[in-house]
Amino acid sequence: MTRILVTGVSSFWGGRLARALEADERVETIIGVSPEDPTMELERTEFVRVGTQHALLRRIVQAAEIDTVIDSRLVVDSVQASPRDAHEINVIGTMNILAACGGPDSPVRKVIFKSSAHYYGCERDDPAFFTEAMQRPHAPRTRLESDIVEAENAVRGFAERNKDVTVTVLRFANGLGPELRTSHRDLLSLPAIPCILGFDPRYQFVHEDDIVGVLEHAVAHDLPGTYNVAGDGVLVLSEVASLLGRPLAPVLPPWGTGLATRALRAAGVRIPEEVAQQLRYGRGLDNRKLKAAGFALRYTTREAVAKFAEDLRVRALRQDGGAPYRYEREVEEFLRYSPSVRRRSEAAREESAG
Amino acid sequence: MSAPKELPAPSDQLKAHLPAIEADRQVTDWGRSERIEGLMDRTVYDWLYHYWFRCEVEGIENVPSSGGALLVSNHSGALPPDAAMILKAIKEEHSRPRPLHLTVEHFFKGYPGFSMLVAKIGGVPAHPANVHRLLADEEQLVLVFPEGRKGTEKLYKDRYKLRRFGRGGFVEAAMRAKAPIVPVAVVGAEEAMPIFAHMSALQRLTGLLYFPITPTFPHLGLAGFLGYLPAKFKIRFLEPVRTDDMGEEPWLDRGLIQTVADEIRARIQEELIDMLAHRRSVWFG
Repeated sequence: MTRILVTGVSSFWGGRLARALEADERVETIIGVSPEDPTMELERTEFVRVGTQHALLRRIVQAAEIDTVIDSRLVVDSVQASPRDAHEINVIGTMNILAACGGPDSPVRKVIFKSSAHYYGCERDDPAFFTEAMQRPHAPRTRLESDIVEAENAVRGFAERNKDVTVTVLRFANGLGPELRTSHRDLLSLPAIPCILGFDPRYQFVHEDDIVGVLEHAVAHDLPGTYNVAGDGVLVLSEVASLLGRPLAPVLPPWGTGLATRALRAAGVRIPEEVAQQLRYGRGLDNRKLKAAGFALRYTTREAVAKFAEDLRVRALRQDGGAPYRYEREVEEFLRYSPSVRRRSEAAREESAG
Repeated sequence: MSAPKELPAPSDQLKAHLPAIEADRQVTDWGRSERIEGLMDRTVYDWLYHYWFRCEVEGIENVPSSGGALLVSNHSGALPPDAAMILKAIKEEHSRPRPLHLTVEHFFKGYPGFSMLVAKIGGVPAHPANVHRLLADEEQLVLVFPEGRKGTEKLYKDRYKLRRFGRGGFVEAAMRAKAPIVPVAVVGAEEAMPIFAHMSALQRLTGLLYFPITPTFPHLGLAGFLGYLPAKFKIRFLEPVRTDDMGEEPWLDRGLIQTVADEIRARIQEELIDMLAHRRSVWFG
């Protein structure tokens, strides 16, 4: 029986993961922490509103005898947070969470850290397929990338100091799915896909179901070390565009791309710097280590894009379907702890279905 | 090839986990496009190979019909036609034609236009990890020009004098992949687009690798880049050099790597001299 703490439970990843873990009978307890309310309906996950103050987290970890900590907070897209906030969350937050997990009397036996392929960056002299042992050839270009590198270094240091804790680092390629909000989703949803004139970068995606699946797999199995998570197959952007049935718009000039992205931003299209780098050089990951560790990806990159295309066609129809979920503490607590609630799980299930 | 960086660990057990080929795709994971390559092949290569350069091929049986192999050739000409002609020779003459991956400078990935085109017609950036994956895991044919830029930059007066063969990175890559090395000697490319001089100021301005003065470039504009002179091409594939019988981990022995690289360079140079000695005319062979 595992007792799990999920950080960043209000984020898409954290929420989906907690929901998936709820269905697993081997998981005894799930505690979700986040400074914000959950955005997804959760059945038996206990939510505690707390930031990354390590003293508080440590008390929760000790009191609940948490043995597995899943850190899913990492900001990997600069549209999600300002550079200052992203630094706070990615670097300082990771340090605090590791501090709460470490120590000789800690009950934690496993730490799963969600990282990103931005660790490798995108450069001209990159290998076509990054393996886990490779490092980026140049120093990080953007604030976000250097924060991710710093956070991973902190995790590696933690793993070295706490040899009896299984530390899994998962480096995800760009996620794609109907519910996942990223800058790439926004770009691929435009009537024409902006690209840099004269470049057709290689792209690899991972479907949101596989993202959750890998995190679950890491909970159920011991995977010490670092793993790349990306769908099989690498598409070029023109292939992605034709799968989506949209034209490519080479609106970004090859020289002075930074100026052009600023101009586009005024027009309402945000292309963060790390995305512009990907639009220029692209990136491919070698996912064989993960596959060798026993995880079978459900979607290839092509299937993930095709799935996304299906979603694009019906998105307008789906949008006016019911109000989004809102977290109400009193209701959630009533459902979980009141002696009057008889059919605990059914009640919640019916509600989520309806 | 650039300096060896980090190579993946020997990955025999990982070979089984290579992604499956998706049949409806026309582009490989390396960005190579069947459609664009086929178009180039039907229009440009076919005509150059059969009518313009009238390629003559010897020793095609030295190219293995299965497994990874590293082809090593001399390199020349401002916009070198030799790579395309070797690729076409394997396609036309070999009993079991296989795609050939051409290693190219990282420069091409970073320059607009080239970045799109070069990958689509089979160019792969010359990163040691790329060569290793192609040779060891995917068991493909890879062509390298160890002279690199030093070969294509050289002036007409230095033709057929092989430059230094890098730091032997190509030998190391073949050893790690346990793939044979097939030396290739090409005669004709030096005369197809001779370089008389270099303009360094224009090179800096355009950001290109070099800015050559050839019989047609730059005074005929960009089209001049395609103005090859009709030199007679001769391509000779030489006896493969095995790398799987050189001991346990031969790539740790820098001396051995240099020796093998020098031997291969000497064989190609000897072969070139022999071919030139028998050539009566630049244009008719």
